[in-house]
Amino acid sequence: MHKDNSITILFFAKLRDELGVAEYQMAVDDELQSISDVKERLVSQGVQWQNSLADSGVMCAVNQEMVADDAKVKSGDEVAFFPPVTGG
Amino acid sequence: MITVTANPINVQEHYEKLGSSSQTGAIVTFVGLVRDINQGASISSMALEHYPGMTEKVLEGIVQEACERWELLDVELVHRVGDMGVSDTIVFVGVSSVHRENAFQACAFIMDFLKTKAPFWKKEQTPDGSHWVEANNKDNEAASRW
Repeated sequence: MHKDNSITILFFAKLRDELGVAEYQMAVDDELQSISDVKERLVSQGVQWQNSLADSGVMCAVNQEMVADDAKVKSGDEVAFFPPVTGG
Repeated sequence: MITVTANPINVQEHYEKLGSSSQTGAIVTFVGLVRDINQGASISSMALEHYPGMTEKVLEGIVQEACERWELLDVELVHRVGDMGVSDTIVFVGVSSVHRENAFQACAFIMDFLKTKAPFWKKEQTPDGSHWVEANNKDNEAASRW
């Protein structure tokens, strides 16, 4: 899929292990406007997606900046989902 | 200077970068190490994952904010990623300033924010297998004081 009409979604750490996927391309259409929409589409793929992404602690970034679920997305964006951070 | 590295951290080397100005009157450092026991489980080794690109950006932002809040001379921040063993250095934060109060506060601020905002994830290896470390609410409380 070409980058022009899709977003790249990255998963890290425990979330990636649970989902079994590190990177995912999602087609962009008129109904895909925000992170909430992205989550809704991912969750519709099955129970594991639902369980992993429903966790309220899941953090999200768009183009490597932390965002909330109402943040807008557009073609070419890099979206990332990950668990609460545990560095240091 | 900010460094994310898969190589062992040489604390002395980074400490020595902090006293470059003759105005330096105080240097505060924090060194975080891999413990042998965490949340009751015995740890044999640890793997640290990060989000290349974003991790560095977030650390830059934290250091920049520290420099805006306190009068600092130098900041040296090094975080290790990849596989490491017990007693290895995970993170080094060094802050220099004219007087100690600024350096003490900025060092604590940088660690508190790093712990809650920088995309790093620890996976611990124990005799029963490996597991991802759960985030600690105590860290959120520590960050909220700033």
